[in-house]
Amino acid sequence: MKKGYFGPFGGSFIPEVLRETFRQLTLAYEEARADPAFWQAYLRMMENYSGRPTPLTFAENLSREFDGRRVYIKREDLNQTGAHKANNVMGQGLLVKRMGKKRVIAETGAGQHGMATATMAARLGLECVVYMGAEDVARQRPNVFWMEQLGTTVVPVTAGSQTLKDAINEAMRDWVASMDDTHYVLGTACGGHPFPEMVAWFQSIIGLEAKGQIMAQEGRLPDKVFACVGGGSNAMGIFSGFLEHPEVELIGVEAGGEGLQGDRHAARIASGRSAVGVTQGMKTYFLQDDDGQMKSTHSVAAGLDYVGVSPILADLHQQGRVRFEAALDTEVVAALKRLMKSEGLIAALESSHAVAQALKELPDMADDACIIINLSGRGDKDIFTVADALDDQAWRDFIMEKAAQYKVRQSG
Amino acid sequence: MAKSSNQLEKQIRKRLKKRTRKSKTPILLMSHMVLGHPSLEENAQVIDAMVKGGVDIMELQIPFTEPYADGPVIAAANQKALDGGLRVDQALEFLANTTRKHAIPFLVMTYCNIMLARGIKRFVDEVADRGGVGLIIPDLPLEEAQEAIEACNRRGLAWVQLMTPTCPDQRLAELGQAASGFCYVVARKGVTGKQTSFGDELDTLLARCRKATTSPLAVGFGVRSAEDVAFLAGRADIAVVGTASIQIHEQHGVAAVGKFFAGLRDLEG
Repeated sequence: MKKGYFGPFGGSFIPEVLRETFRQLTLAYEEARADPAFWQAYLRMMENYSGRPTPLTFAENLSREFDGRRVYIKREDLNQTGAHKANNVMGQGLLVKRMGKKRVIAETGAGQHGMATATMAARLGLECVVYMGAEDVARQRPNVFWMEQLGTTVVPVTAGSQTLKDAINEAMRDWVASMDDTHYVLGTACGGHPFPEMVAWFQSIIGLEAKGQIMAQEGRLPDKVFACVGGGSNAMGIFSGFLEHPEVELIGVEAGGEGLQGDRHAARIASGRSAVGVTQGMKTYFLQDDDGQMKSTHSVAAGLDYVGVSPILADLHQQGRVRFEAALDTEVVAALKRLMKSEGLIAALESSHAVAQALKELPDMADDACIIINLSGRGDKDIFTVADALDDQAWRDFIMEKAAQYKVRQSG
Repeated sequence: MAKSSNQLEKQIRKRLKKRTRKSKTPILLMSHMVLGHPSLEENAQVIDAMVKGGVDIMELQIPFTEPYADGPVIAAANQKALDGGLRVDQALEFLANTTRKHAIPFLVMTYCNIMLARGIKRFVDEVADRGGVGLIIPDLPLEEAQEAIEACNRRGLAWVQLMTPTCPDQRLAELGQAASGFCYVVARKGVTGKQTSFGDELDTLLARCRKATTSPLAVGFGVRSAEDVAFLAGRADIAVVGTASIQIHEQHGVAAVGKFFAGLRDLEG
């Protein structure tokens, strides 16, 4: 098989001008991967800076509510900046240091990956520019605020649909000019080789830990593992711990949005309505029209609102190793609420997709079943989005009051 | 991948010879436009003006939602064309009408997903049947292009390779070997439409590209004035003007585009 391919998916469909940069990056990645000291340094950094290993929390109350079926939750929400994004970003940061580059750029949708990259750049002393769709900049001011406080330049992207895929295009436009001193910290297991494989490698820390933890706590492997799938990096991370155990069923949960019938979703695989195509560096499933134009997608969770999916997951789907499902916006909000009430955990809207699917499947599982849900990120920092999703009137009143105070101060 | 002896290459050489006899700026002009921006009707008018203005070759871009190898001006034109509802069928029909009307060669430029969505063979056949002479696909690297190159060879279409300042000599040689029609030299790193400095660095790049291929060389990315074209004359075979003409069209209308191209070879040496 050709390098960088996973079955028929993947590859490296990049403009000629970046070929040499990708070659150098692939070399640096392969050297790092072959060097046990690199992974040790990565583990030390994640332990010291990001609180790893993250716990595998036994969800006592949920387990009771499902008649003793055992529910475990992998707590990626406890990472630095509150999501699994830190794993990938810190790993690539160490690689940047190794390559001797001085500047990093990144795309971001809701801002999680941008935030993680901004903290990494501050910590490692790198210049940082984050590209973010203008629409997302307007929706996610708190994340923009923190990125700027961290010393990152946030560039609003007004091209295209002004969301994640357009931010990726704009970061590419920067990179084709700046590659000599700049590394593009791609946020998910997508793009041209070596990005899917490299990001999945850094995220495999989740699965490694989870497997050891479930064996220690439960003395057996789980029956099912649930993870949400946007680009696919948190899913690849936790799945990688169980791929070699065919008895563990792996379930990827995509954004069902407002339903799979129209275009108001981002369920590339579960909808069965995407086609294999090529853009943004990779061959994989894309939601596209007959002409090959990419569609706009929708999800209540900005982090899942992406038109393509990791080529590694596309292959695992085709092999039948990973089952894909979709959770609707309404089911996701309900799951978010239930996990808060039952376990006191505030999940991100993205991660709540995995929770929602688990809640659907638990009642039909065996009485002694055991599952792991990957809680890829925490929701409290997305208070504006979550409060909107929950349609909370008291929050709305508070914001209006606050706005009125600012107005008075400005005119006074 | 053997290089086919290409019709376009012969046309280019013949036209260049004629140009060299007639003008002191011995170089061909290639222009670019995004189909459907602002409309196919206006595209047709602009093409008339460009041909009158002395344009020798044209690349017609079929717009794509993710034009990440293009700079902001051309990317926005892609978006506007798609917002206007342009379909690939219409773009191909437009190609047929255009090649019937004008004698100069027309190439199709687009991103590879547009070709893949139709099927490589069908896309190449349709472009050839409608009188197109070649393809430029910036996001389909040589390693992935074999099927497309073979399809092009079968139909006598030129497969245009991009050569860039970041390509080592050995890579340039691979690209030069596989290309047909001409090679498209990207004058600098970065996307279309930004400032390029026409000087020693470009000279060195062009010398490296000449060594790598026997095909004619086109130079694009940042060519926007008669001075730029004069610099390239004698060094390259074709000057490619893209972003600048879109901007002139947007700001000053169709007639200005013709005048702009007519003036590009005016700086007599």
